[in-house]
Amino acid sequence: METTLSIENLRVEYRSRDLGESTKVAVRALNLRVGQGEVFGFLGPNGAGKTSTMNVLLGFVPPTSGTARIFGVDVREPIARQRIGYLPEQTYYYKFLTAEELLRFYAGIFQIPKAETEQRIDAVLKLVELDHARKRQIKTYSKGMQQRAGLAQALINNPDLLILDEPTSGLDPIGRMKVREIIQRLKSEGKTVFFSSHELGEVETVCDRVAILHQGELKTEGRVSDLLREHSANLEQIFLNLIGFTSQP
Amino acid sequence: MNTVWALANVVVLEMVRRKDFYVLFILTVLLTGTAGSVNLFNDRSIVRYLKEICLLLIWVSGLVIAITCTARQIPAEREHRTIFPLLAKPVTRAQFLLGKFLGCWLATGLALALFYLFFGLVSASREHSWPVANYLQAGWLHWMMLGIVIAFTLLGSIVFAAPSSNGTICFVCSAGMLLLGRHLNKVALSLAEPLQSLLYGLYFVLPHLELFDVRDLIIHNWELIPWGVVALATLYAAAYAAFFLFAAWLIFRRRALN
Repeated sequence: METTLSIENLRVEYRSRDLGESTKVAVRALNLRVGQGEVFGFLGPNGAGKTSTMNVLLGFVPPTSGTARIFGVDVREPIARQRIGYLPEQTYYYKFLTAEELLRFYAGIFQIPKAETEQRIDAVLKLVELDHARKRQIKTYSKGMQQRAGLAQALINNPDLLILDEPTSGLDPIGRMKVREIIQRLKSEGKTVFFSSHELGEVETVCDRVAILHQGELKTEGRVSDLLREHSANLEQIFLNLIGFTSQP
Repeated sequence: MNTVWALANVVVLEMVRRKDFYVLFILTVLLTGTAGSVNLFNDRSIVRYLKEICLLLIWVSGLVIAITCTARQIPAEREHRTIFPLLAKPVTRAQFLLGKFLGCWLATGLALALFYLFFGLVSASREHSWPVANYLQAGWLHWMMLGIVIAFTLLGSIVFAAPSSNGTICFVCSAGMLLLGRHLNKVALSLAEPLQSLLYGLYFVLPHLELFDVRDLIIHNWELIPWGVVALATLYAAAYAAFFLFAAWLIFRRRALN
């Protein structure tokens, strides 16, 4: 299977701005490989280093050491981001734009030809069910609609790799189901999806493979079915066990 | 270049859809209209004073629009987290800064065009003449000057996190250069060393924004400035704007976004 995303010996440190405070290590010696067409769940409690890893993949933060590549290109090169779509957690888009204008703007960045842009806008707005609100300014959208607008912008360039940071965060059950359906549809189209989530039931349903991160270290990685069989437990129990959580009697 | 245009287009759309510009424009219209309707002592030369007041209003409004529009660009992108989906696309940090600069500069240019058009109409109605070339030169040099201010404010928005503090600092610096820039060398003469050399150094290094203030061309209907001088002034503005943008890029290119 062709490798879409690879991370080798990644270390991410943040220097504290306060005097006397030590450097914080967000990610240490992380190795990961995601193959083409896989839906990969990137799990961990808050502060585990998931967002730091994603920030490196997207070029927002330079790695302290190690390398990360997307389609074989170093993530520090902007061209590495030509074939990816990214949905951040709870992002507010330009509220003074309509969904249609927002998508046209992003399509312009990818230098998609005009005729194709209009086709892509129609297709993604239909996919995320925002076609009826395409001419309304984003400031009039509900939270769920904004999240779907975010998903639409992540799909405008017909990406081969989607990086989703907690895509169902803050959505109602119907919204979550719709996002799940979209991920499954993308998988059936052969797209690679790399996403972080705290909804372990959802991850169990959707993902082919998962990695569990805790305090910047990779605790386990493997196929969901293999992990469930190995541990004879559901993903939530495996997760809690690996991060050393013991419930109080 | 497509990316830079796409970014600039969003900035212009933002200004068109926000209320601040309209408030400033309506305020200028009201003040100009009120001043223009006054006929003091049947003095025909009163028109010149009115023109002076109205042009001052346009200059202050231009500075306010340029600085407030630019100062909020990058902090707003970070606060609303719109910078993340944007820079997750094949956009370099240099393109991001250039797009923001171009957008703010074009938006300010549109606002200036509207202000000068309105002022020209009011002025022509009182004087029954409209020296278009004078308006073009004065407006063009005004716009070039604001290009330097916008690039400087963009640099400030990377150094200072709060748009309000950046806006205040940039406004004070710009107004200071406009009012005191030409006198710095004279002040330096009255000082002891090493302050004298320091102030002289600043006199030669800082951009002389006051060179672009040719309001008298319109107020007194002076003869046109040679077009070669206008071209040189344009190059002078471009060089300073490029310097500030380069400094902004040096700071921003490796800044972690998290």
